[in-house]
Amino acid sequence: MREQEAAVRVGNFDEVPFGYTEDEAVEEAARCLQCPKAPCVDGCPVGIDIPGFIEHVKNRRFDDAIATIKAANALPAVCGRVCPQESQCQGVCTLGIRFEPVAIGRLERFCADWEADHEVCRPEIEPDTGKRIAVIGAGPAGLTAAGELRRRGHSVTILELLHVAGGVLMYGIPEFRLPKAIVRREIDTLCDMGIDIEVNQVVGQVRTVDELLDGGFDAVFVGTGAGLPRFLGVPGENLNGVYSANEFLTRTNLMSAYLFPEYDTPIKVGERVVTVGGGNVAMDASRTALRLGAGTSMIVYRRSEEELPARAEEVHHAKEEGIDFRLLTNPVEFLGEDGRLVGVRCIRMELGEPDESGRRRPVPIDGSEYVIEAETAVIAVGNGPHPLVPQTTPGLDLTRWGNIVADPETGQTSKPGVFAGGDIVTGAATVIQAMGAGKRAAAAIHTYVVNGFT
Amino acid sequence: MYRILKKRTLGQDIREYVVEAPDVARVGKAGQFIVLRLHERGERIPLTIVDCDPETGGVTLVVQELGKSTREMGDRFHEGDTILDFAGPLGKATEVEDYGTVVCIGGGVGIAPLYPIAKALKGAGNTVIGIIGYRNRDLMIYHDEFSATCDELIVMTNDGSYGGKGFVSDPLRELLESGRKIDHVWAIGPAIMMKVCSEITREFSVPTTVSLNSVMIDGTGMCGGCRVEVGGVAQFACVDGPEFDGHKVDFDLLMSRQGYYAEEEACSLERYLAESTDGEKGAS
Repeated sequence: MREQEAAVRVGNFDEVPFGYTEDEAVEEAARCLQCPKAPCVDGCPVGIDIPGFIEHVKNRRFDDAIATIKAANALPAVCGRVCPQESQCQGVCTLGIRFEPVAIGRLERFCADWEADHEVCRPEIEPDTGKRIAVIGAGPAGLTAAGELRRRGHSVTILELLHVAGGVLMYGIPEFRLPKAIVRREIDTLCDMGIDIEVNQVVGQVRTVDELLDGGFDAVFVGTGAGLPRFLGVPGENLNGVYSANEFLTRTNLMSAYLFPEYDTPIKVGERVVTVGGGNVAMDASRTALRLGAGTSMIVYRRSEEELPARAEEVHHAKEEGIDFRLLTNPVEFLGEDGRLVGVRCIRMELGEPDESGRRRPVPIDGSEYVIEAETAVIAVGNGPHPLVPQTTPGLDLTRWGNIVADPETGQTSKPGVFAGGDIVTGAATVIQAMGAGKRAAAAIHTYVVNGFT
Repeated sequence: MYRILKKRTLGQDIREYVVEAPDVARVGKAGQFIVLRLHERGERIPLTIVDCDPETGGVTLVVQELGKSTREMGDRFHEGDTILDFAGPLGKATEVEDYGTVVCIGGGVGIAPLYPIAKALKGAGNTVIGIIGYRNRDLMIYHDEFSATCDELIVMTNDGSYGGKGFVSDPLRELLESGRKIDHVWAIGPAIMMKVCSEITREFSVPTTVSLNSVMIDGTGMCGGCRVEVGGVAQFACVDGPEFDGHKVDFDLLMSRQGYYAEEEACSLERYLAESTDGEKGAS
C-alpha cells in the first residue's frame, strides 16, 4: 500500500498509509481463493464473513462489501487500521502458506473509507423493546456492546469518564495511525442510531453500578478498560522527564499537546527520548516522540526482536522512521540532575529458559551496565485495570490483579444484571479482542433482559 | 455544558465561582476535587471542592489566577456563561471523625478548600483551632467563614498588615510548644508551607494531613503524572489522595514536579496576555 515517505512523515501527525484506490482494492480482492472452510473467519475475533465481503469488493459491489462487514463489526475503519491481522485473519490465510496472505485489513479499511465517502450503510434497528441498558466506558468494548444492543431495539446510554467518547482510540492510539476524525465518524454513526453518550461521568463516585440498576436500567455493561499505568519500580522513576506512556500519549492525542500553545496542554520531549517496552504502545510513543521534535528516539526492550509484541507493521514503520531498537536491554535506574532526567542506566540481557508465558526468560548479564543519555523516558510496560468501578461495586468478584471476573462467552459477572468485557476483564489486550467481548456480552445481555436469565 | 451560577472577586486575582453541576453537588465531599475544561482547546484543570449545595446543584470553587487558563477563566467566563467540561467528584474525601482538638492550617488560596474540612470537623464534635495566613490584608479570603466556624482563630499576614506578622508555622510551633494537646492537624496551602508545618508537627508527633495538588491530566488514575512519593512508595494524588500523611510525603519531589512545565506555562501566559492586549486595542 502506498504511504507517506518516512523522512516526510516524521515531521507531521498525518496518517502513514494512504489506503487503496478502488482498482488496487479490486486487484487485491481477486487474490482471495474463496476457501470453502475460510480459516480467516475463525481467525477473526468478531467473525466477519471475510470471503463474502472480499467477493463483493472483487465485483466492485462496495456497498454490499461494507454491509457484510458491518453485520459483524461496528467499527471497521478502526479495525482495518489497528487490528493485528498477521496473528488473526491473515495469519491463517491459506494463501499465506506459500505467498503473501490476502491484505484483509487493508481491504476492510478500504470498504469503511469508501462508505464514509458514499454514506450508504444504515444499520437496521429492531423496534423498541422498552429495555434500558447502561454501558460504562466508551472504548472499543463499550461502543461495540452499545451498537449491538441498540440494533436489537434496546435503549442504550453510554457513560464515559473523559470529556470525549472513544477511550483508548482517542487518548492512546496516535493520529498518524488512527485519525481522530475516523473515530468520531464511527461514534457519530452510533449516535445516529439513537445511542445516548454522556461524557464527564464518574461512575462509581456519582452513580454506582447498584444505583444504575436501581434507577431503571435493566442491565449494566462494564467496559472501563486497563487505564492504570504500570511503572518499573526502579530508582529515579519519579524524576521530571519520566512519563507513563498513558500520560505521554494522552497529552499528545487527547489534549493535542503537539499543537501547544494553540492548545493549552504542554508536553516536553527534549533531544533524546527512550521508550521502555516492546508493544504497540511503545511503538506509538517512540514514533510520537520523533514527531514532537526529538532528535533521537530509542526503544529499550528486555527480550529480543522475535518476542516484540507489537504488530509487525508498527515495528516496520518504526524502523523505517529511524527508531533505534536497543533489544535485550533493560533499565535499572533513571539518573537525574536537579530533579530532571539526564540518563537511563541499562543492563544487557540474554535469553534463558522459557518462562510461564512460554517465551524465553530474559536474564541480566552481570557487569554489562551502561548509560543512555536522555531528557525524556516513556514507560510503556502495560496497564492495570481502571480501579473506579471494581472498587465501588459490591458483589463483583475480582481477580487478584483487580480485573473483573466474567464468563468469556457471555461477559456475565458474579453480580446479576452486570456484564463486563474488554481489558477490564482480560488485562491489556487488543482493540478487536475487546470488541469481540463487547459483542458476545451484548448477545448475552439481550437474552438476559428479554428472558430474565442468560 | 456547565453554567456559572455565581462569580465574585475575593481578592486580587482570586475569584469564587459557583458552577451548576447537580450530580457532583449531590455527592461531593470535603477533600475531593473536580476537573474542568473551559473550551475545546483548554487543558483539564483540577480544583478542590470548596462547597457543594445539593439543593441548588451548585459546586463552589475558588480559583487563583496564576497561569493562562485560570486568568482566561477570570477574564472571559462570567455569570451565566458555560464551561465545556466538568467532572467529579474525584479523589478520596477527608476522613472526618471526632479526633478531639484539631488545628486547621491554611495558606493563601488553600484556605478555601480547607474551609469545608474545618466545618465538617467542627460538625463532628472537634474543637477546631484555625490558623490561616495571607500575603497581605487584600488577599484575605474566607476570613469571615473561618471566624464563624473555628473555636479559636489565628490570622497571619506575611507583611503584618492584618493579625500577626509572619507565617502560619509560627503560631503552630507556639501552640505545640505550649503543651496543649492537639490530636490532628490539617495543612493545606503551598507545598513549602505544608512541608514546614509537617516538619514541626513531626517533632511533636501530631498526626498531620496534607492535600497535594500535583500536575495531572485526567484526574482519574490514568496518566500517573500526579505521582508523589509517600513513605517511599509512589502514589497517585488523584486516586490514592489527594490527602496524605504529611509526615511521609516527599515535598521536595512534589515541588520539583510542580515546576516541570514552568517555561511552557510562562510562554502560554505571555501569549495570552499579548493576545488580550491586541484584542482590547482592536475593540477600542
